[in-house]
Amino acid sequence: MRSDWEIVVGLEIHAQLSTAAKIFSGASTAFGAEPNVQASAVDCALPGVLPVLNRGAVERAIRLGLALGAHIAPTSVFARKNYFYPDLPKGYQISQFELPVVQAGTITIRVGEGESAYEKSIRLTRAHLEEDAGKSLHEDFNGMSGIDLNRAGTPLLEIVSEPDMRSAAEAVAYARALHSLVRWIDICDGNMQEGSFRCDANVSVRKKGATELGTRREIKNLNSFRFLQQAIDFEANWQIETLEDGGRIVQATVLFDPDKGETRMMRSKEDAHDYRYFPDPDLLPLTIEPEWIERVAAAMPELPAAMQARFVRDLGLPAYDAATLTANKETADYFQSTVEAAGTPCAKLCANWVMGEFAARLRKANLEIDAAPVTPAQLGGLVARIADNTISNAIARKVFEALWNGEGASADEIITRHGLKQLTDGGAIEAMIDEVLAANRNSVDEFRAGKEKAFNALVGQVMKASRGKANPAQVNDILRRKLGAQ
Amino acid sequence: MPFSNEQVERLASLARLGLPGEAIDTLRAQLDSIFALITQMQAVDTTGIAPMSHPQELSARLREDVVSETDCRAAFQAIAPQTEAGLYLVPKVIE
Amino acid sequence: MSNTPLFDASVSVLRRALDAKEISSAELTNVFLDRIAALEPRLNAFVTVEREEALADARAADARIARGEAGPLTGIALAHKDVFCTRGMLTSCGSKMLSNFVSPYDAHVVTRLKEAGAVCLGKANMDEFAMGSSTESSFYGPTKNPWATGRVPGGSSGGSAAAVAARLVPLATGTDTGGSIRQPASFCNVTGIKPTYGLVSRYGLVAYASSLDQAGAFGKSAEDCALLLGAMTGFDKRDSTSLERPVENYAAALAAPAADAARPLAGLSIGLPREFFGAGMTDGIRQAVDAALVQYRALGATMREVDLPNAKLAIPAYYVLAMAEASSNLSRFDGVRYGHRAAEYDDLFDMYRKSRSEGFGDEVKRRILVGTYVLSHGYYDAYYLQAQKLRRLIAEDFRRAFGECDLIVGPTSPVTAWALGAMRDDPVQMYLADIYTTPVNLAGLPGLSHPCGFDGDGLPVGLQLIGNYFSESVLLNAAHRFQQATDWHVRCPELAA
Repeated sequence: MRSDWEIVVGLEIHAQLSTAAKIFSGASTAFGAEPNVQASAVDCALPGVLPVLNRGAVERAIRLGLALGAHIAPTSVFARKNYFYPDLPKGYQISQFELPVVQAGTITIRVGEGESAYEKSIRLTRAHLEEDAGKSLHEDFNGMSGIDLNRAGTPLLEIVSEPDMRSAAEAVAYARALHSLVRWIDICDGNMQEGSFRCDANVSVRKKGATELGTRREIKNLNSFRFLQQAIDFEANWQIETLEDGGRIVQATVLFDPDKGETRMMRSKEDAHDYRYFPDPDLLPLTIEPEWIERVAAAMPELPAAMQARFVRDLGLPAYDAATLTANKETADYFQSTVEAAGTPCAKLCANWVMGEFAARLRKANLEIDAAPVTPAQLGGLVARIADNTISNAIARKVFEALWNGEGASADEIITRHGLKQLTDGGAIEAMIDEVLAANRNSVDEFRAGKEKAFNALVGQVMKASRGKANPAQVNDILRRKLGAQ
Repeated sequence: MPFSNEQVERLASLARLGLPGEAIDTLRAQLDSIFALITQMQAVDTTGIAPMSHPQELSARLREDVVSETDCRAAFQAIAPQTEAGLYLVPKVIE
Repeated sequence: MSNTPLFDASVSVLRRALDAKEISSAELTNVFLDRIAALEPRLNAFVTVEREEALADARAADARIARGEAGPLTGIALAHKDVFCTRGMLTSCGSKMLSNFVSPYDAHVVTRLKEAGAVCLGKANMDEFAMGSSTESSFYGPTKNPWATGRVPGGSSGGSAAAVAARLVPLATGTDTGGSIRQPASFCNVTGIKPTYGLVSRYGLVAYASSLDQAGAFGKSAEDCALLLGAMTGFDKRDSTSLERPVENYAAALAAPAADAARPLAGLSIGLPREFFGAGMTDGIRQAVDAALVQYRALGATMREVDLPNAKLAIPAYYVLAMAEASSNLSRFDGVRYGHRAAEYDDLFDMYRKSRSEGFGDEVKRRILVGTYVLSHGYYDAYYLQAQKLRRLIAEDFRRAFGECDLIVGPTSPVTAWALGAMRDDPVQMYLADIYTTPVNLAGLPGLSHPCGFDGDGLPVGLQLIGNYFSESVLLNAAHRFQQATDWHVRCPELAA
């Protein structure tokens, strides 16, 4: 990216809410049913039918508002957004326009890895309730398209950010943070393949130091974090090149083609819709009493930011560990259960294992945390044996592998069965060391001549002789003492 | 301000109505007279008056999040112009 | 039984005859079906007459009566305005768009009346999608006024009003968005009531203007209307605007004897809006209305003048709001899931355009275009928002007026039934005739029209009673006492079969 340009990104994210029934009808929202069997009279917009708002959808909006520290509007209004499309049966979408249910709010994101990682606070403009459209199936039915209205009326929260992101990486970090949050507070299953969490990105560029925003183009329907990253990178580059070549950006809606890695124009602002918003006369204003918000707040899980602070304060974890472990609900839950099994003093060791060996093994096996063959209780049991010196880290990795492969019900069982208990008997270790020293005079001489490497070779020999069971710290100590004394 | 033919055609397009050429002039004159009536409203100063959307200014009553509908596809599609494999068919949708 | 013909008898007389087994519901139903067969060709009050289904309903009602389980309407025939969805029966809304729409479900009102055991004879003609004041915009041709078949019956519920006036059916449902029950009631010399907005569920009523539409009842008398309305009201959880209130027994309230039999309306304070008695109405109407007011005084009511200063703005405000809502409500008619689809088209856009152009008539198209315009970008504040603000001013006028009186009374319409075709090319002239009825819908108040005489041409004149919210029983009682003392409502057009 040319360094004198700045990228400005805002995201609009549609999160499908995890209600049992639709937002304005009693039809099921379950995914994957036969076409149109979950399209009720209201969803099909038969003449004369009327919408009635689902309490569960509102409650989920309140949860999000609370999690974002946002203003939850005491009164919000549903409006009709009028346009014709075959998957929009009423010819209008019921949405919120002037008075959305969730207003303002912020979320903190972590961008990057390691040394260069930084935190940033992103402002949210609003989140509003609306209904999803049906689906147009484009495979050929004698030159026609097929319309499935099962999805029509599924509740959505459209979550709109301020244009606070300055790179594709920040946009992805924001989308990930929100994705994690909606699952954390259990309002959306976050399944991006099934379209439960969809991103639109508003991208513009401007010269660094400029205060005015550039003209934006909106990239529609990005259904993976990878595409989000690629599409923003491509679009921003294209805009910069266009401007540097003396062209200008025209406000437009574009689509991202993942096969070509390109964005292409869908429609310009000139042929943008005139949505003719007006308050839906079939629905009265939504009133949310403070008591309702209090009840929802009381039932909320501990939020990631609070949990992070608690991990630092009560478990003594470094800030980085706390942030990593609270990146999503599943990891946080797994970690907490592991600590419960291992004991609080082992928290840091648990964190190392969950973020290290365990995470690596999941990645290698391409598994989600829920499908991990090692339970938090098993991992906690293993960590406890490391902490009380029963086994070394090296042996622990073998025990972990055995647990992963289902070779035992607990770390203790595997340790006992394979006799992996660490050798901590000083006398026995000393005897072993004496043998090794006697058999490796060359190494001893080299060490004495100043070669530190030779010391490691001797340690290796002792560990080998103990078949890995000798306590490495003890071996070190005794060996140093003996070499110093000799 | 009288309507132009272009305005009438744009409105008709927004509303997905086709108007035969000869109908536009008549319609334009009718719209002009309807708006002559409607614009009488502008004479009233409504500064500070809250708009009224519903006769009963109450709050939304909410339904519980419970599935109460069963599959009515066969009945609904019996009256549809064109269906196949449980889908409503329309001329090709181009995005 | 008196010697009044059955088709002209009140519902309470029919009730007694049915309960006494002097006649069966099947026989009674045939009386009306035969009368329809004889007179319908001259009136065109119905879109659909379902002879066999009606007789099946009647036989079921007879069984229920025999079991001693009859309610007030069990076995009594009625017609539904063709705007109510009726399962398995054509529900056309007077439009080519729905000329093939056999509804897969029943409207709440239809369900309630089925449960009451009423016998549905068929569906009454109406202005297309309830847009009109003459029933001339129906795809099924205009309904004729039984008092003068060269004239309109009013609208949009003209088929319902004409059918009751011609004694083709004792009761009929209707809907009233800007006067669509009260105005045809006045044109046809029947009684019609539009209750408080929210009292009758709109579920299954094909929407014209959702914040104004309200279902109501037609009958030969206030007493008959009370019976029908009582069976239609009641909370429905499927309509977000339906009100949770206990159901009132309007008919029982009417049966209670007045404290002062000679002056049964003693203590009732009637407000006469200056704005409803100025220029505008014809002399014939003024004379009939004045005479009715004399009668109300004789019944014990007191009169005072009240002001509704913003009522004159009701017409533009009403038409802006109604057309805006209509333009959106009618977007669902796109030829995809039901209704008319053009036979040939080039692409999706063309399919929409042709289907809608072919399916909708001129008045519907005009209203969709006006509604589209007033909601479009840049015009919303000037039209829609301004109309909503005027709506509040008008509702406030009524609120103040009801601080000074119990009922507001005036003419229902400034004109009597006009000749068929007279307003065909001048929609605005027709809109202006809704001057006295539209303010009531904007405020959401109940209104009733009852016969009060005839003008110089022998055409019926209606008197409008407007009540405060939920004062239906006050309206019905006033009209009932008036009808006990007068005979305008029992006059029946000469229609030799």
